[in-house]
Formats: sequence, structure tokens, C-alpha cells
Amino acid sequence: MTAKPTPVPNADTCPFWDACNEERLIVQTCESCGHIQFYPRALCVKCEGRDLDWRDTKPNGKVYTFTIVYRAPTPAFKAKAPYVLALIDLDDGFRMMTNIVNCEPESIAIDMPVRIVFEDRDGQRLPQAEPVSD
Amino acid sequence: MLSSAFCEYVGAEPNFNAGLHAGGATGSMMVMQAAALVQSGTCKHVLCVTGDNRLTGMTRDKAVAALAEFGHPQFEQPYGISIPAAYALVAQRYLHETGAPLEHLAALSVSHRAHAAMHPDAHMTQPISMDDVANARVISSPLRLLDCCLISDGGAALVISAGDAAADLRKAPIAVLGSGQGHTHEHIVAAPSLINFGCKTSSTRAFEAAGVTTDDIDVAEIYDSFTITLLIELESIGFFEKGEAGEAALKGELTHGGRLPCNTHGGLLSFGHSGAAGGMFHVVEAVRQLRGEADARQVPDAELAFVHGDGGILSAHCSLILGRA
Repeated sequence: MTAKPTPVPNADTCPFWDACNEERLIVQTCESCGHIQFYPRALCVKCEGRDLDWRDTKPNGKVYTFTIVYRAPTPAFKAKAPYVLALIDLDDGFRMMTNIVNCEPESIAIDMPVRIVFEDRDGQRLPQAEPVSD
Repeated sequence: MLSSAFCEYVGAEPNFNAGLHAGGATGSMMVMQAAALVQSGTCKHVLCVTGDNRLTGMTRDKAVAALAEFGHPQFEQPYGISIPAAYALVAQRYLHETGAPLEHLAALSVSHRAHAAMHPDAHMTQPISMDDVANARVISSPLRLLDCCLISDGGAALVISAGDAAADLRKAPIAVLGSGQGHTHEHIVAAPSLINFGCKTSSTRAFEAAGVTTDDIDVAEIYDSFTITLLIELESIGFFEKGEAGEAALKGELTHGGRLPCNTHGGLLSFGHSGAAGGMFHVVEAVRQLRGEADARQVPDAELAFVHGDGGILSAHCSLILGRA
């Protein structure tokens, strides 16, 4: 059975994935115009500036939208179905895709608060979201 | 396939030859590009060809796996994204914001199947009911099997000609009155909005170019990879207010005799979806409606048609206004 895909970092994204391996969530920020950019790129999509830096972020956010996937695309994911795919709006102003883990899929709702946790996948840690119980 | 491979197969030696890859927007974009080629004088006639054996060319599992590779390799694919799952993310948010019931989606599945039953070349013609859609297995919540397009074999083509070359043609010419594109993202993680998409821009440009409005349109052939795709595009383009397209579908306004007969061939949901040809089927159906060739599914006196294709996850949009010449 094929494994789930592991991200392969490139020059744009290497700092992001290295930080994940230290269980830190960082985001690219444009020094010229202040735009916060996800996913990382070689230039700012707002001002085309090249002066991009990285900022530590608060690993909290809310569920913008989600789906429970029953029909998975590949054998590796079929073994895990049903699973939750979501877009998470981070408190620090950017959106990323994750799974929502460590909960019953039926308990998830839009706007639910979540925090980022890290899953080890073949030596590369991957940001995931789990519900915040308060 | 490479356009040169097609030309070799049919023995054509054209003076211009190029491929265009924009997923479901390919058909509409080919028409827009071909119109520019004849207007510039580069070509007199342009053959726009699409076709794919999505069903028999690969197994269904292989087709689904291949379609999953559309996701961003680092920021989407590791999470098990599929095309239905990406559209399901859009659907969940749409239902949340509008409060629309799932019946709004199901009404489109049912009307499209009824339209396909009137087309001799349709892939799926067995009638379906609202209950059939509601009881179909969930593919990626909230989308059920009958909210999703088919995987089909098929091909479609048309010829775009210079205005002064109409005498060369065997059939009545149909005019390309306006066209426009809109592009905001490729990957759903990078979409600036999950409510408004590039179809707003593309259709505004097309309507302005043609000098007509949504009220003037007699028949609409709009991309329907999923029921949610069509619902969002009908509203984003301006045919209906936000949250009201599904209500219109329930009332029969999107079928024959209604306010806006839509996807009269059955669309990707029931006529068939075979790669780039899927979007070209919409263009071909619009042409047939305008020529009065649509037999049992003919919209009476159709003079003005709106066509829309989109590729990716509501990413690449192209709109056309076609009319009787």
C-alpha cells in the first residue's frame, strides 16, 4: 500500500517545514507592505516585493469550512476514511488546509476553535488541527 | 493530447496549431481564443477539438487518483484532498452562509437527469427523484454521489470562422457576441473567497462586450461539475440573488418553460463529463439551441445563450454570449 504523501520542501518553503519539525508554526510576511502570505512564495503577491521574512504565529484558529471525506482519493487515505478535511483561519490572519484530528467528525462545526498540532509523517512534521476544549 | 498528434491522426496541416489546457474552462477559452485568431486575420477557420476517454481509458480508481493530483503538492495533497472534497469545502461554507437546504442541490441533479433523458447521446438517462439524491451515499459531506458529475468517454468540437467566411459553412452561423475571463487562484487553499469567484468578472466582461444583461438570456449552459458549482455560478454571475438559485430550481425555473432553462443537454451531472470535452458540451448545446436543432429539448425561439466554463476548483473562468447571427 502506498503511503500518504509527505511534503517535499523547496527553496520557498524550507523554513516553514523546518519550523514545523520544531513544532513551530511560522508565516511569511512582506517587509515592504506588511502582507501576510500563505503558502510561502519567492515574492509578495500583493506588492511583488522580494523582502520577505518569517514570523512566529499563535497556533490557534477557527474552522472556516470542512468536509468529512468518505470517498478517499488513494489507497493510503482510503484506509483512514472517513476523515476530516478543513480550511482553518488562523488568528494571525492567514488560511491553511489541515485535517481535523483527535475528535469525532460529527462533532465539528464551522467557526469551531481549533489549535495546531503536529503529525509526524516519515520524519517530516505536518501541521494538523484539533478542537480546543474550553 | 498534443494538438499536433490530433492533426497527424486526421491528416491536417494547419497554419496555426496549439493546445489549450484550462480544465473545465478549456472549451469556452478555445472559442474565445479562436475568435481572436480569426479577428486578427491569423486564421480563416479554426477547428476547436476536445475529447477524452475518462471512463474506459483508465479505471475509476485510477481516474479518481489522477484527479487528486490537482491539489497543491505540499499544502493540500498531504491531507487527502480530492476534487469532490475541495468542492465540498465550498458547499459546506455556502450552506452555512445562505442557510440553504440540501434540497437546493438535489433539485439540480433531478432537472439535469430529466434533460439528459431528452438527449440521444447522454450518458445517464434513468430518471432520478429528490429521494434518490437524498439517499445516495455521501462522497464528501455535504456532497452525495448524485451531486457529482460523471466520468465519461466523449468528444466535442466546433468551428470558429471569420465573419466574412460564413459562405464556406454548411450550417447557419452563430455569432460570438461577447466573451470574458476571470482568474483568482488555482488551489482552493489560496482562493481569496469561497463565496465569490472569477465567474463574476468573466461574465461581467462578456455581458458588457455583448451589450446585453442576464435578463436577455434565453438559455444558459453553465459548468456543473457538482451541483454546488452551478448553484454558486448562477448566483455569482447574477442570474439569481445569493441563496435563491436553488429555490428557483425547486420551482422548475431552470428547466423548459421556466425563467432560465439551464443545461438543457443534462450537463456534466447527467449528459457526461470527459475531460476538456465536458466543458465543450455546454458550448455545443448552446449552438444547437440557437440553431433550433435541439429536438425534444429545444427552448422555443432561443436567440441568445450564455455559456460558462470553469477549471480547477472554481479557479479559471471563461464566459461566452452566443446569439443567432
